[in-house]
Formats: sequence, structure tokens, C-alpha cells
Amino acid sequence: MQVPRAEKIVGSVLLAASLLTIIALILIIETLVYESLFFFSRVSIFEFLFGVEWTVLFLDKKFGVVPLLAGTFLTSSIAILLASTIGLGSAVYLSEYASPRVRSVVKPLLEILAGIPTVVYGYFAIYTITPLLKSSVFPDISFYNALSAGIAMGVMIIPTVASLSEDSLYAVPETLKHAAYSLGAKKIQVVFRVVIPAALSGIVASFILGLARAVGETMIVAIAAGFRPVLTLNPLEAIQTMTAFIAQVSTGEAPHGTVEYQSIFAVGLYLFTLVMLLNLIGNYVVRRWGVRVS
Amino acid sequence: MTSKIEEIDTYYNIGYVITTLDLSVKYGGRYAIKDININIPRNSITAIIGPSGSGKTTFLRCLNRMNDLISKAKVEGRVLFNGKNIYDPDVDPYQIRARIGMVFQKPNPFPKSIFENVAFGLRINGVKNREEIERRVKHALTQAALWDEVKDRLNHNAYELSGGQQQRLCIARALAVEPEVLLMDEPAASLDPIATARIEELMIRLKERYTIIIVTHNMQQAARVADYTAVMMPDEDGVGKLVEFGTTREIFTNPKSKKTEDYVRGRIG
Ligand SMILES: Nc1ncnc2c1ncn2[C@@H]1O[C@H](COP(=O)(O)OP(=O)(O)OP(=O)(O)O)[C@@H](O)[C@H]1O
Ligand SMILES: [Mg+2]
Repeated sequence: MQVPRAEKIVGSVLLAASLLTIIALILIIETLVYESLFFFSRVSIFEFLFGVEWTVLFLDKKFGVVPLLAGTFLTSSIAILLASTIGLGSAVYLSEYASPRVRSVVKPLLEILAGIPTVVYGYFAIYTITPLLKSSVFPDISFYNALSAGIAMGVMIIPTVASLSEDSLYAVPETLKHAAYSLGAKKIQVVFRVVIPAALSGIVASFILGLARAVGETMIVAIAAGFRPVLTLNPLEAIQTMTAFIAQVSTGEAPHGTVEYQSIFAVGLYLFTLVMLLNLIGNYVVRRWGVRVS
Repeated sequence: MTSKIEEIDTYYNIGYVITTLDLSVKYGGRYAIKDININIPRNSITAIIGPSGSGKTTFLRCLNRMNDLISKAKVEGRVLFNGKNIYDPDVDPYQIRARIGMVFQKPNPFPKSIFENVAFGLRINGVKNREEIERRVKHALTQAALWDEVKDRLNHNAYELSGGQQQRLCIARALAVEPEVLLMDEPAASLDPIATARIEELMIRLKERYTIIIVTHNMQQAARVADYTAVMMPDEDGVGKLVEFGTTREIFTNPKSKKTEDYVRGRIG
């Protein structure tokens, strides 16, 4: 068969674009690994992975990444807890209960929420959420703290979770719902025992994507969570996340070649691996539980 | 207008499980079926035949209030189930659906295990006892002539089954809740002749315990399995009407109306 010229050109442009993406990815990994190698020639991997003190910017330098990991874990857990409950709740409401009119108004609104710059969420955390928490439930919360940053991040990823979950709930075929109703199921039973399980792979995927965004989010935690790399799981204290550390050092004055400069690549590599792992787990879960609804 | 007591005397005691009185359905103001009056005898198979768009599915969905789920649909008239109008305000549609089961045109198993598909109706209707559930799942699968084929893989996903097996699974799923009436909307439409034959055998066996109403486009199928046949046709305005109802033998050998005769002959010949 003759392939028209125009189609050939479009084809090659698209191929070039995808090649470029792959090349970019390879370059990123290469840089991370290359600079990390210098770092690990000075610091043992064991100390890095399991050390519980991170004092890279002090005179007495300790390179245990666990405090940063704990910071990331803390803020991301708060965020995903909030985003998954509220996100899934609104998704179920939108796809199963809202009238078509409400749905057509709220869905685009969600997309707008997703487009708010993260710096806005950062200041929202400091100047709105923290004071609110302080005056209502936690009088001794620090000015910078993991909780407000986590909440702001959660609000930021609600649209992602809600929108993706809603898509997969909405895609559950009407015939399955009718089958359930024809057996005497009530609406709530149809929603919780048929629709949500049938959409589970998409819902889990939305959670994992949300979590990956939270783990990688930088601006909000840099503004609102503090720069205090201390091992704690108390969300009322200031902490530091992996991303916030990278932001701090790369915008600061650490000169090239110093160990603190190299450390951001090691942290970056670790972060990259974590996010990759999350995606792999996500894929596995989706494949394992994923259902082919014809 | 007859009183409730009279209705019960008239329709219940003489062995009609379902009676419709001037049953009509409008979709957004336009009638799809109008003034359907029919008596469905207990423990029998009734076939509903008629051209596409004559309202067979619409009619069937009235009988277990599935039309409630279609927001545009408005039902008028009465459907007496064991003498009681299922559209009365004091009737719980969910309970009606548990007692009048339905099998759809395309097999629509849940994306769950074979076992959980059949157990679904039991669980949502409040059966908790594990042994009881296991017993009734096995019984339903046996009734649907599927047990031997699936007994070693009850935990497998229902989507692993063939189309014909999936449809029998859907029948088992409906039977598990032990309805009195089984509504089947072209249950063999997507199946090959062998799977179809199995479903037909199955229906004839099930008739001892259930009343079956089946929509079919297949005249031979109606002639093979049905005791009674109802013929629906659109009138000049495209509104579905019941043009004839009688024993299958009458309808096929000695139809009263010319329309029926042409339709039945045309489809067979
Ligand atoms: N959900 C709906 N909304 C609007 N109109 C509908 C709906 N369902 C059916 N109709 C209309 O009602 C009429 C009867 O349709 P119905 O599906 O009951 O016919 P049928 O006899 O089952 O046809 P077929 O043999 O093709 O299945 C048709 O004109 C159809 O367009
Ligand atoms: Mg139909």
C-alpha cells in the first residue's frame, strides 16, 4: 500500500518527539547517576540509606537521608489520605449521584483547581491553614509544619484523584448496574459493590498518581513545611522533605564539586527511584486487580 | 375500575402470576407501547415476539420496574404480580426485583469470581450464613447446568468463561435469589446454536419451578420452548401494541390476525 507523503512526515515528526522524550529521560538518569557516583565515593551507601542524621549544611556533616525520607513520607501521607478520601468521595458523587447539569459545572471547576500554581498553595498553607489549626485544635503547632503543608498538598491533588477516579467510575457499563438492580440491589449497594470494585484499577491508579505528585512536589513543602531535617513523625513540627532539601541547596550557594552539592543528586536519585517504584507498584496493582469490563 | 379484592379474585386465584392492565410506557412524551393487556400463566414459558422497535424490551422492563432506572420513561397502567399492583406507592421496587429476576440480551457478569457472581444476589438480600450461601450457589449453578463445568474453578474470574457459559452464569445468578418469575430478553442472541440449545433445554427444565417470559427474534426458538406466545407490533404511529396472544400452537398454525400470520411466516420462511 502507498503511504502518502504527508503521513510519512507526520510519522517521522512523532517518532522524533518520542525519541526526544526517551533521550531526555536517559540524560536525566545519567546526570543523577554520574553526580551520585562522586557523592558515594565520599559517603558510604549504608550511611546514606540508614543514617538518621542529616547535617549536610553544618560543619560536622552527617549524611543519613532518613530524616528527609521521613519528612517526605509524612507530608505525602497526609496529602494522599486527604486527597483519596475527598477525591474519591467527590468522584462517586459526581458520577453516580449528581445530575448531568451539576456534573457539567463541577468537572471543569475541578480542572481549574488543578491549574492553581503551587506557590499559591504554599502561602495558603502558611497564612490560612496553620493559623486555623492553631486557633482551633493545635495551639502549639509550629509556624512551619508538616501538617499544613500536607493538607495544602492534599487539596492540590484532589482534582487529579477526583477527575481520574470519576473517569473510571463513569466508564463502568450501565449493563453491570442493571444486572445488580435486577437482583434487588439498592443504589448504595450498586455503587459500593459493583461500580467501585469495577473501577478499582482506575481508582488505585489515581491514588498512585496523586501520591507520586505529592512525593515530587517541591514548592509547597519548601514554603510551608520548613527546613529542619530532623527525624520525627510529629506532623505539628517543622521538617524537611527530600524535594525541599534539593530546592534549598540548588538555589543556595553550595559550590560545584562540594559534597553538599553532590548530595542533592544522591537525594534526587533516591527520589527518582521511589517515584519509579511507586509507578511500578501502581502498574502491578492495576494489572493484578484490573478487570476487563467489556 | 375494579377493587383490590376483585382483582385478587379475578387474577390471582386462576393461576396468572402477572397481569397487565392498560400498560403503557412513554419515553419523554412519546408512547413506545400502549394499552397492553395480558395474563401470564404460572409455571409456563411465554414468548414475546415482534419486529425490532415494537417495544418488547420496554414491556419486559415494566414487569420488574427496571424502567424506574430510565429517567425518561414513564409507566402508566397497572402490573399485577400475584394480584398486587407493583406500581402502588407502598410497593418496594427492590423487593419486586428480587422476586422477578432478569437475564439480559448480552451476558453481563460482574467482574468478580464465578462464585461471587452467583452469591451477589444472596449477599445483597441479607444472606450472611456461609454454608447457606455455598449451598445456594451450588444449587443455582446446577440448575443452570453450569456446575460441572465450573466446580473446579469457582474462584476464577467470570470473564474467563465463554459467552454461552457467561450467559448461563447470569441465569444462575438470577436463580440464586429464587425469584418466582424470570424475565429473559433475547438471552441467546449472542450465542452459537449449541449454547442456544443448552439454554433452551434449561428453560424447559426450569419451568417446573418458575414462570419464564422470554423475548426472542427467533421464531423456531419460540415454537420450540414456549407454551404461549405474544405478538407485538408497532401501529401506524409506531406505537407498540399487543396484536395477539395465545398458545404457541395457535399463534403459529392458526393466527387470528393477518399481521401475525405474515410476520410469523415471513420470519420462518
Ligand atoms: N431508553 C430509551 N429512551 C428513549 N426511547 C427508548 C428507550 N428505549 C427504547 N426506546 C424506544 O422505544 C421503542 C421500543 O423499543 P424497545 O427497545 O422496547 O423495542 P424492542 O422490541 O425491544 O426492539 P429490539 O427487538 O430491537 O430489541 C423504540 O422506538 C425505541 O426507540
Ligand atoms: Mg429489545
